[in-house]
Amino acid sequence: MQPRRKKRLLSILLIISLIAGAIGAMLYALQQNIDLFYTPTQLVEGLGKDKVKPVVGQRLRIGGMVVPGSVSRDVQSLKVRFQLVDTGPTVWVEYNGILPDLFREGQGIVAQGTLVAPDEIQASEVLAKHDEEYMPSEVAEAMKGIRHVPPSQATFPTVGEASDNTDEQPAPKPGY
Amino acid sequence: MFKWLDPYAKSETLYHFCGKLLPYLMVSALALLLLGNIWGLAFTPADYQQGDSYRIIHIHVPSAIMSMGAYAAMASAAFVALVWQIKVAHWAVLAIAPIGATYTAIALITGMAWGKPMWGAWWVWDARLTSELILLFLYLGVIALNGAFSDRQVGAKVSSLLALIGVINLPIIHFSVEWWNTLHQGATITKFARPSIDPSMLWPLLISILAFAVLLMALTCLRLRTAILVNEQHRPWVRKLVGG
Repeated sequence: MQPRRKKRLLSILLIISLIAGAIGAMLYALQQNIDLFYTPTQLVEGLGKDKVKPVVGQRLRIGGMVVPGSVSRDVQSLKVRFQLVDTGPTVWVEYNGILPDLFREGQGIVAQGTLVAPDEIQASEVLAKHDEEYMPSEVAEAMKGIRHVPPSQATFPTVGEASDNTDEQPAPKPGY
Repeated sequence: MFKWLDPYAKSETLYHFCGKLLPYLMVSALALLLLGNIWGLAFTPADYQQGDSYRIIHIHVPSAIMSMGAYAAMASAAFVALVWQIKVAHWAVLAIAPIGATYTAIALITGMAWGKPMWGAWWVWDARLTSELILLFLYLGVIALNGAFSDRQVGAKVSSLLALIGVINLPIIHFSVEWWNTLHQGATITKFARPSIDPSMLWPLLISILAFAVLLMALTCLRLRTAILVNEQHRPWVRKLVGG
């Protein structure tokens, strides 16, 4: 290789590795800010090495799985309450609005809202998260035992029925 | 090692080489596109969770993968253009940039159309969506920088350098769903494990990805030929070619 080309090659590699290093350092420093949401465990036990907990009143997003049996709807309005969990503690979410079609018990969701108690969020937006698995419903039924229910036919317990689930799940807070 | 490549640095040879490839690439791109998309959009079973909405995957995923593939190709051409200072390599950079930008735009728009019914939002500033948007800006930046200097040599150098530096974004896009928690789901097929998609849906998807790749090559050949003619319009071989 000609010395001239070698010089150009080296200087280009140097520029790229320096910029890559700078961007890598930036992303590392901003790691917690790039995460889209807190998980329930991070919210309750704190985030990172310093165990930083969000303060009550803070606007944040929370992402987790809807605890089966925890969804309770208000009969009179669109208000809905449910619990989110990942691997540890659960967190309550209260929302007044239309839920996305994919929302159901056991589904991953991301809620944006205000922290009103250390483990309770008043959500202003609820988004459904889906996983990277795609399969026809017959295969899903055979493999996972999941029977897909179209949202229009989905049923959630309202006030009276919700009390049936109290054996395994913590009872929904009074009010609904 | 790369001596066999040398003749193709000559614009005339490259022009005729691309001309020979073009019909094959165009026909196979069209055939694969029709096969993959019609199969995927009309004849695959509905998803157990998302129903028919998931079908947009057959356009979204191929365009997203190839928006990154096109960037890798463009950056390789920029690398050759910078180190060996070969003019046709820089024309290749400029030939690929608008195609890659279009693929990125298709990926973003189909992603939004998919996100609204499934997630419940057109756009979320999560790491995957944001880094893909940055990819679009990188493509546009390369195109804009090239034309921003009155000295075309400087423009060529600076735009190639930007194309090369932007490569850093590719691993960020790919790993964004693993490094951070995002609303966007993880990788379905671009991972070292069994694809988490049923074979009946996987095959049309793979065909569509191949179709987008071949279409990228075909359009690059087409645009590169035009670029060569425009840039060498005063050279004798072009004059002879057009009969002037």
